[in-house]
Amino acid sequence: MSMPSDGTGATVEPALGTLPETAAAPAAAPGERPPLWPPLPRPVLFARIVIGVALSVVALYAPFYFTPENNRIISQAIYLSIAAMGLNLLTGFTGQVSIGHGAFFGVGAFTTAILMVDHGWTFEATIPVAAVLSGLVGMLVGFPALRVRGLQLALVTLALAVLFPRLASKYVEGAGGVALLRPRRAEFASLIDGLDDDQWAYFVCLAIAVVLFVLAWNLVRGRMGRAMVAVRDQEIAATTVGVNLAGTKVGTFALSAAYAGVAGSLSVMIDRIADATSPILYLQRSIEFLVAMVIGGAATILGPAVGAFLLVWLRRNTEDLIEGKEILAPAIFGAALIAIVYVLPEGVVGGVRRLLARLGRRSAGSVARPAPASASDVPNDSINPGGTHDEGT
Amino acid sequence: MQLFVEQVINGIGNGLVYGSVALALVIIFRTTGILNFAQGEMALFSTYITWKLASESDGFGLPIVAAIGLSMAIAFVAGALIERVLIRPVEQARSPLNVVIVTLGLFLGLNSVAQLIFGTDPQLMPSPFPEGNVELFSSGGDAVVISKETIGLIAVLVAECILLWLLLQRTNLGLKLRAVASNPGSARLHGIRAGTMLMLGWGMAAAIGALAGSLVASQRTGFDGSLMQIIIVYAFAAAALGGFDSLLGAVVAGLIVGIADALTVQYVDAFEGIEVVVPLGLILVVLVILPNGLFGRRTVERV
Repeated sequence: MSMPSDGTGATVEPALGTLPETAAAPAAAPGERPPLWPPLPRPVLFARIVIGVALSVVALYAPFYFTPENNRIISQAIYLSIAAMGLNLLTGFTGQVSIGHGAFFGVGAFTTAILMVDHGWTFEATIPVAAVLSGLVGMLVGFPALRVRGLQLALVTLALAVLFPRLASKYVEGAGGVALLRPRRAEFASLIDGLDDDQWAYFVCLAIAVVLFVLAWNLVRGRMGRAMVAVRDQEIAATTVGVNLAGTKVGTFALSAAYAGVAGSLSVMIDRIADATSPILYLQRSIEFLVAMVIGGAATILGPAVGAFLLVWLRRNTEDLIEGKEILAPAIFGAALIAIVYVLPEGVVGGVRRLLARLGRRSAGSVARPAPASASDVPNDSINPGGTHDEGT
Repeated sequence: MQLFVEQVINGIGNGLVYGSVALALVIIFRTTGILNFAQGEMALFSTYITWKLASESDGFGLPIVAAIGLSMAIAFVAGALIERVLIRPVEQARSPLNVVIVTLGLFLGLNSVAQLIFGTDPQLMPSPFPEGNVELFSSGGDAVVISKETIGLIAVLVAECILLWLLLQRTNLGLKLRAVASNPGSARLHGIRAGTMLMLGWGMAAAIGALAGSLVASQRTGFDGSLMQIIIVYAFAAAALGGFDSLLGAVVAGLIVGIADALTVQYVDAFEGIEVVVPLGLILVVLVILPNGLFGRRTVERV
């Protein structure tokens, strides 16, 4: 078992009751449950509030500043970050690698498109249906995950991503007899006066993304989140301390797939198309989600969003970097990915966090963050030998 | 009956291709614990090199057998370099996902560079095998007809598997490779150069991919950048089915996948267009019953 590496986690060694550092930890009256997370130091809290407010202002003002075309691209980054967040819950926090989230995304997209085109539903009403349906499919995939692990599981999910476009093109018939559905443009018209269609679409995506990210943040900080991390780090040890392995895995799979489904549903609004004519499109989607999660920072809250925006920005800028050689774009994109992994092995958010920790240590010595040491933390830390819980930044 | 036998033999031909790409995946997995998503595109690139060396009109017009050999040698060196330059520095980082990202980056990059250098038009690969068909035997009046290409493909790939087995099980080098695969730290203490072995593993995998890719391309009426897309999926299926750390498993599972696929295409009309359901369904069922695959070793986990 390795000791915590960053100096912020409590050491496991001292026997209960003889922890010399407990005085520094938030005092907990006997019988009262100490808080799960120590309160943030005041400067960090303040910085977070400032950054949060600034980001909100930028997010609210952005659609009025950019052109409709750029708004569409930003909205794509938003739905991509929702899917990447879903994958992050499963892969980043629970440790189950999936290369099949493109399929869940596709289930969401086609649910929305079919309900709108064939059954005349309004777009907004289809989102919950898409979430539930893809969540159910995710749950079904979660059951094999109880027995199949690691790379084998990754390949089962890969099979799903390969299978989906074929199933769709066999059973879905859109215009022209191919698996391609295009809801009418008017169906996505803005419901608020004064907002253009693209701005409306942006705000719908943003609102849903904010809700889902806050949900994920609360989830990973609570009981479920601890169970997920425990399953990731040491499955057997987790079961011995009472984590419901089956429930955690299947539940996370379902939730994660539902996120991808919502993203798929939103993609119909932004791209106005649900397309299964390309046999590898949904495999590419799966890869996109994985890439967004890793370059942003796996097992962080902001990571998937940062990664998604970085990915969209990179792709956009590699596309017209060399005129007349558009075919090279994927190569430049691939090289950029490799470079990011070289420079920031923990993703952008992980790298920033490490930088901040180093700065904090230098300026304020070891008291920058109170060690989260209290008697109640000991069993938790022994589940997660890494010591660094993944707290949202 | 005769149709059935023909389909089985075609399935064996395809299955050996899947099996040998799966072998390449398994060799890399065993030596470095990495799932190489770029394997298919590495093979595609080597296939283009073979084509460039062999083509009369657009290339150097070498005899096809020499071209394949040379291309395998180039692939070997390139594979070893990829391991040393791109994989190893990242592998030392904490997260295994990072290596996945590197192989995905390679996957994207190799495909687009190959298309940039060699063009996007379908190309024709000369075949190393004679044309024509062979009547194997007759059953009930109907002759079983197999193309000589299929027979040649089967012969070459079977020989490749046997050579590989001999290399790994009967030579000193093979022993070192296996030692590094099973416990790199311990192998290093015994004076084995683990780094060199890892490079060798990647080189071998790349060379195997070059052979498989070139042979498949020679069977087609033309190949382009999408040559390996489906093959790699079937190869992943075979590797998973075989248990990932077993070379024999990869080949056997490749055969199972190939034959199942060929028979489905022929006999099951309900799966028309979604034949891929069968091998993939097969993996799912096998893995749920045997989580370590058909030939995988059970691992004991300590907490």
